[in-house]
Amino acid sequence: MSDFHHGEQDPDRFRNRILVSGGLVLLCFLLLFGRFFYLQVLQHEYYATRAESNRISLVPVMPNRGNIVDRNGQVLARNYSAFTLEITPSKTLGLEETIDSLDEIVDIQLKDRRRFKRLLEESKNFESIPIRTRLTDEEVARFAAHRYRFPGVEVKARLFRQYPENTLAAHAIGYISRINAKDKENIEAAGHEANYKGTEHIGKVGLEAHYEYELHGTAGYEQVEVDAGGRAVRVLSQTAPLPGNNLTLTLDAKLQKVAENAFGGRRGSLTAIDPSSGAVLALVSSPAFDPNLFVDGIRFDDWDELNNHPDKPLLNRAIYSTYPPGSTFKPLMALAALSTGKRTPGQAIADPGYFNFGNRRFMDDKVGGHGMVDMHKSIVVSCNTYYYVLANDMGIDNIARFMGELGLGRRTEIDIPGEATGILPSPEWKQKRFKKREQQKWYSGETISVGIGQGYNAYSTLQMAHALSNILNYGKVFRPHLVHSITNPTTGEVRMVESQPVRQVALKPEHVDVIKRGMAGVVLEGTGSRAFAGAPYTSGGKTGTAQVFSLKSGQKYVAGQLRERLRDHSWYVAFAPVDQPKIVVAVMVENGGFGAQSAAPIARQVFDYHLTGKLPGGPAPEVDAPEGSEAAELIEDSHEAD
Amino acid sequence: MKLIKRIIQGILAHLDMPLFLIVLALMAIGLLTVYSATASEGFWKLDRQLINMAASMAVMLLVARTPPQTLMRFAVPLYLLGVVLLLGVALFGIVVNGSRRWISLGFVRIQPSEIMKIAMPLMLAWYFHKHESMLRGKHYFIATLILLVPIAFILKQPDLGTSLLIGAAGFFVIFFAGLPWKVMFGLAAAFGAAMPFAWNMLHDYQRRRVLTLLDPTSDPLGAGYHIIQSTIAIGSGGSLGKGWLKGSQTHLEFIPEKHTDFIFAVFSEEWGLLGNGILLVLFTLLIGRGLMIAAAAPTMFSRLLAGALTLVFFIYAFVNMGMVSGILPVVGVPLPFISYGGTALLTLMLGVGILMSIHTHRMLVKK
Repeated sequence: MSDFHHGEQDPDRFRNRILVSGGLVLLCFLLLFGRFFYLQVLQHEYYATRAESNRISLVPVMPNRGNIVDRNGQVLARNYSAFTLEITPSKTLGLEETIDSLDEIVDIQLKDRRRFKRLLEESKNFESIPIRTRLTDEEVARFAAHRYRFPGVEVKARLFRQYPENTLAAHAIGYISRINAKDKENIEAAGHEANYKGTEHIGKVGLEAHYEYELHGTAGYEQVEVDAGGRAVRVLSQTAPLPGNNLTLTLDAKLQKVAENAFGGRRGSLTAIDPSSGAVLALVSSPAFDPNLFVDGIRFDDWDELNNHPDKPLLNRAIYSTYPPGSTFKPLMALAALSTGKRTPGQAIADPGYFNFGNRRFMDDKVGGHGMVDMHKSIVVSCNTYYYVLANDMGIDNIARFMGELGLGRRTEIDIPGEATGILPSPEWKQKRFKKREQQKWYSGETISVGIGQGYNAYSTLQMAHALSNILNYGKVFRPHLVHSITNPTTGEVRMVESQPVRQVALKPEHVDVIKRGMAGVVLEGTGSRAFAGAPYTSGGKTGTAQVFSLKSGQKYVAGQLRERLRDHSWYVAFAPVDQPKIVVAVMVENGGFGAQSAAPIARQVFDYHLTGKLPGGPAPEVDAPEGSEAAELIEDSHEAD
Repeated sequence: MKLIKRIIQGILAHLDMPLFLIVLALMAIGLLTVYSATASEGFWKLDRQLINMAASMAVMLLVARTPPQTLMRFAVPLYLLGVVLLLGVALFGIVVNGSRRWISLGFVRIQPSEIMKIAMPLMLAWYFHKHESMLRGKHYFIATLILLVPIAFILKQPDLGTSLLIGAAGFFVIFFAGLPWKVMFGLAAAFGAAMPFAWNMLHDYQRRRVLTLLDPTSDPLGAGYHIIQSTIAIGSGGSLGKGWLKGSQTHLEFIPEKHTDFIFAVFSEEWGLLGNGILLVLFTLLIGRGLMIAAAAPTMFSRLLAGALTLVFFIYAFVNMGMVSGILPVVGVPLPFISYGGTALLTLMLGVGILMSIHTHRMLVKK
C-alpha cells in the first residue's frame, strides 16, 4: 500500500520539480537576455567605440631631420638610409638562440650584442630593437633567403644621422642620440609629445640640441587597422610627415678645419667672430670627438674612453671652460679708464718696476720698470704697474660695471647650450660666491690683481672674442650665433637669424681707436710681432698668460722645469684687419706657456686663411716669445704679465 | 528499395523530431559561427566540425534506438570504468597546460572526466531506480558519495569547469529523486556559513586567484583580458550585429579561444541582440522539450536521467554565455552544439540520443 502510494506521489513531486527547474531556467535565460540588452543596447555606443579604438591605431611616420650645412653649403650633418636588422624580443622563440643563429648569416660582433643588451634594458619587450645596423646589400639578401627561420626578426630601412666631417666642429654641431627619460620630460614640458611619438633620437648637445624643434620636423600619421597582436593589417589613411628645417651656419668649415689643425692636438679653444654681425666663423674645442659614435647608441668602451680621457674631449672648452684672461684684459681696462674719464691717452706714469699698496709690493714684469708709460705704451709693452695704479684709481665697482657692459661675466646667449657665465669679480659676486663671512669681504688688493686680468677673473674664449667684437663695433653688441638662416625645405621659405644689435654700450670712437692702435702696436713691435712677422695684412692683438698654479714667494717661474699640466695657459685675442675688422679671434691653449708662444701662431694661421686664403703647412708652431716679455716676475704670490 | 525504406523507418521511429530539429538549428548556427571564427585558417576546421557532427549524429541515432533498460545495464560498468581511469590519470596521467587530465591507453589518449559527464547521471539514476520503493536518507547520502568520489579526482587535476558540470549533473539527479528542500537549504546555509572560515584558511595567492575568478576585470592584462575583449565584442554588436564575417573583434584576433569557449562572443558580435534572442529561444525550446520528455518518462531511471541531462544542457549554455558576457567567472565550458570540438559534441549528442531513446521507448515500457 505504501509502495503504491509512494509510487503515485513520486511522479507528482517529480513533475513539481520539473516545473520548478523549468522556471529557474527561464529566469536564468531572462537574466542573460537582460545582460545582453544592457551590453548591446544600453551600452552599445561605449563598446562600439572601444571596438573601434581596438581596431584602429595611429602610427606615426617619422619626418626627415633637417640637414646642417656651413656658410658655403658644405654638409656637416645629414641623414642616410640604411638597412638594420631588428629583433622584437616578444616574438622570437628564444632571444639568445635567435641571435646565435643570426650570427651564422650576418656578422654579429660582441659589440653589437652588448649594445643590443643595453637597448633591450631600456626598452619594452614588444619594441623592435636593432641588433645590427648598416647591413650590406649582400647581408640583406642572405637574411631574406633565411627569413622563415627567424620569427620576430626583420630587416628595416631606417634613416641614420651622419656627420660626414666626423670630428670637425663636433662641439658646435653636437649630436643626436636615443631619447632618455629626461628628454621625455623635456619634450612633455614643451608640449611636443604628440610630435615625438615615433621619434627615437633627439639632439643632445650643440646645435642639434638647441635647434632640436627646428630640425625635427612634423611627424605624419598613418591610420592603420591593427589586429590584437598590434600588426598593421591595412592602411586606412595617411598624412605625410613634414621634414625638419635645414640650418645654414655662419661657420666656415674650411676655416674651422684650419683652426682645428692649428692646435695640432693641443688642448684649448678658439672662437672666431665676424664683429660686424656676431656671426661665429669658427668655434674650436680641442681635442674633439666623433659625433657619429653617439648616433646608434655609443658603445661602452668608446664612451669610457671619451669620458675618462684626461684631455676631456667631450668638454666644449670654447663656451664652457673659463680661465683668467691675464694681460688680454689690459686693453679692456684701458678702454674702461678712457670711458670713465679716469685717464686720457696721453696721461703717463713713471714706472719704477713696482707698485706699493699698503704693506704689499706688486711687481712689474720688467726689473726697474718701463720708465714713462702712457696708455699706448702700456698696451704695447704690457706694463703691469700702469694697470695696478689704474685699477686702484678706478675701484672694483667701476671695473665690474664696465666689463659687465662689454659682455664679460654673463652669458653671450650663443645658440648652443651649455655656456658658462664666467666670473666677473666684484664685491657682490664675492658675497654670493662665498658662505663664510671672512671670505665674503672684498679687499682692495684684490682689485689690483683684477686690473691685470688675474685674481678671480675667468672667461671663455667666446666671451673674450665677444667683448673684443663689441669694442671694435664701437659698442654695438651682437648676439654671437652659429646659425645664419633656417630653411623650410617644403616651402623654400628662408628665415634669417637676427643679426641686429641687441644693445649699445656707450663707447666713444676716439677711445676705441686708442685701443685698436695699441693692439696694432703689440703686433708691430710687441709680443705679437714674431708670430705675425711678414703678414700681408694689418692686425691688432694682445697676448696673455693665465697661471695654473701659484709659485712660492721668491721662486722664479721657469716653464721648462714645470710638468706640462702645470705650465701657464696661453691666451691671444686679436682682430684683423685693423681698419674695418673682418674677424676677431680669442685663442686659448691650455698649458701653452706664454700667449705669444702657442696661442698667437694659431691666430696667425686663422687670419692667414680667412684674409688671404692661405692654407697652413701644418699645425701652428710654437714660437719663442719676443725678448723682454717672457721674463715674468713674481708679485708676492703670483706672477703676471707678458 | 524496401530495405532502404525499412532502414529509414527504423531511424525515424526512434527520432524525436522536435528535439532533432532544434539540435539541427543549433548546429547550423554553430557551423556558421565556427566558419566566421576560423575563416583566416581556411576551411579545415569547418570540415572537421562537419565530420564531428556527422559522427556524433550517428552515435545519437544508435543510442536513440537502444532501449533505456539496455542503457541502464551500462550504468555501473561505465561508472566504475570512469573511476578507474580517473585513478589512472591521477597516477600516470599526462600533463597538458599544467593540468593532468589525459591518460594514454597506448593507441589513444582519452580524457576520463568526459566519460563521467554521461556515466554520472546514468549511475545515479540507476542507483535511485534500484532503491525506488524505499528511498531514505542513507540513499541520498550514498548517492552523494557516488557523486563526490570522481569529482574529487577531477578537482585535483585540476579542472574546475568539468567538475562543476559533473557535480551539477549528479546534483540534478539527486534533486529530481526528491532530496527534500529542507536538506538543500540547510546544506546551502551550512556552505555559506563555512565560507568565511575557508577564506581565512587560504593563502594570499589563493585568495587572489579566487578574486580574479570572481572579478576578472581586476586583472586586465591577464585573466581579465579575455572577458574585457569578449564584452567589447558583444556590446559593439548592438541590436542587429555587425553582420556575418564582419566582426572586427573576431577577425582582428581580439577574442581569445574564439572558435571554442568564447565562440558566443563571435556570434554575438556578428548577429547582435536579435541573434542572441534567437539562440536563447532555441536553448529554451531544447530544454523545454527535454523537460517534457522527462515529465512523460515512465520509469524512475528514465525520468531522473532525462531531467538531469536536460538541465546539464542548460548549465552548459548558461555558464558559457554568462562567462563570455562577464556575469559569471571564467571556467572552461563550451557552448553546447555551437563550439568547435568533437569530444564535447559527442557527449552532448549522446545525451540527446538518450533523451530520444527514453521518449521513443516509453510506450514499449508501458506495454
